Order: sequence, then structure tokens, then C-alpha cells
Amino acid sequence: MQVLNQAKALIEMPRRTPARAHLPELFRRQEFDDRLTVDSYWRILSNMVNYQERLTRTFAALVDPTRRAILARLERKDGVSVSELAEPFAIKLPAVMKHLEVLDDAGLVTRSKSGRTVTVRLRPQPMRAAMEWLRRYEHFWSGSLDRLAAYAESQEAQARNRAR
Amino acid sequence: MTSLTLVRRIKARPQVIFDAVTTAEGIAHWWGPDAGPVLLSESDPRVGGRYRVRFRMLDSTEHESSGEFLEIMRPERVVLSWRWTGAQEDPGESRIEITLRAVPEGTELTLTHSRLHDEETRSSHEKGWTGSLDKLEAHFAEGASA
Repeated sequence: MQVLNQAKALIEMPRRTPARAHLPELFRRQEFDDRLTVDSYWRILSNMVNYQERLTRTFAALVDPTRRAILARLERKDGVSVSELAEPFAIKLPAVMKHLEVLDDAGLVTRSKSGRTVTVRLRPQPMRAAMEWLRRYEHFWSGSLDRLAAYAESQEAQARNRAR
Repeated sequence: MTSLTLVRRIKARPQVIFDAVTTAEGIAHWWGPDAGPVLLSESDPRVGGRYRVRFRMLDSTEHESSGEFLEIMRPERVVLSWRWTGAQEDPGESRIEITLRAVPEGTELTLTHSRLHDEETRSSHEKGWTGSLDKLEAHFAEGASA
């Protein structure tokens, strides 16, 4: 996380420091495309950092089985109070609160307070991004395995014909 | 959470599939998600040996991945490390495990691609970032002192 924070600091930096004036020269070196303006480079860098960071947070939040159970419950019934949410779990309220904090940080739930009641709602968008990311790999492997199966089956048929 | 498992039944014996999966010639016939060609295929299928595959997709983008054979047990099991060589892909190293089980009609293949985007991946990703960030920081330091 420290490096990501550093990157973020650097992304924000050129907008408010004189160092910005030195950037074009840096980006004219061969590793950067001349046509990229400084602003578009920062935008790309910023998007990459944010995307990776968001994914990492989503996966880290989803890795815990209690947190997944909380999300599953919210999927069945959204907009419930913290105490109602905590009820079926064999852990104490402060522990549930902690999990909710992690889920909130990952953008997977929202908490809104009204009087003494905190209402928790599901926010599924980060999960969709994570699923899309996994789907890319699934697409790669299911296509590749189709081709592998076709190739192996033709090799097998050839071997049988030779054996005859 | 961050792994993917696919199971396939293939009408071929495990050793035929094993060779298709591990040899350079075999890999050249199937690697890649669509009908685009494999442009380069190198493989040294023994523990510690490396492989490298480059393929072009139908949308004309090219991708390259490489890694190391971590375990080899012909014909039932092979474990590989995997890394996209191109900078545009996910950084970090993941792991592919393929097991081949003989069944009456041929083979049941189970593929698990794991360690996708976990701590290890993230830390190597951060290492990748550190290099370029160090350059930027050095540059800013120069700019500040100038």
C-alpha cells in the first residue's frame, strides 16, 4: 500500500509543484511515447494505480468467509441495521463492525446513520470489476482448452491409425 | 477467491495430452483463447526448465507469457509458474496446475490458475512499480535541487 500511496502522491504532485515543468523532458525518453502529453500520461498512470488498488482491496475484502457471508446476507435482504446483520453470526458486535469497516473501505457496502441506527447496504460495483477481471482469465483458458482438446483428440486419432 | 478452476473431458489418453501441454510443438497448437496464431513457443519441460509463448489474438493484439516448470509428473501432473511478459497485462506471478486423470472415455483434465492477484502478486507488482517510481522520485529530487 505504501508504494501505491507514493504513486498517488506523485500523481497529485505535478498539479501543484514546479516539478511539473520538468516532466516533458522525462517523458520524451524512449520509454514514453512522444505523443503522450504529460496530462494524459498522468491520467493513465492514475487509472492504472487506482484500478489495481481497487481490485486488490476488493479481493482482500472478499477473501474472508465472514465478510462473504455478510455480503450474501445483504444480497438476500438489503438495507438492514448492524445489529440485525450481526445476529446470525457467532461473533461479537465489535468484530462485525470491524468487518463492515473493511467492506466499506473496499466500497462493497455503504453505511448510513439515522439516529442510533446504522443501516448497511450492499454496493456490488467493485465485485463486478473483480468478476470481469477473473472472467478475462476464464475466457483465456476456456478458449485455450477447447483448442487443446481438439488438438489432443486429433493426435490420439492419428496414433490409433498408425497402430492399425 | 483468486483462483480459477476448469475441468474438461478429452477423448485422448493422459500421455497424449501431457505432451500437448508441455512440449513446444504441442503448445504451438492450442495456446491462446481464439483462433489467432501462436507466434513463438519455447519449452524445456523439466523441473526448473522454462517456457515462453507468444500469441496473436483475432483482434490483432499480441501477448506473451512465460514461466518455469515447477513440478512434472508425466503423465498425470504439471505445475507451472506464469507471468505476462508484456507490460500492459497483470503484473506479478501466478501458478498453473494441470492434473490429468484417466477415465473410460479418455482423460479428465483439471486446470487451476491460482495466486491471481494475491499478496505475492501484489508485492511483486509493487516491486515493479517501485522501479519506475524511483526514477520519477529521482527526477523530482533533481528538479527540486535545480
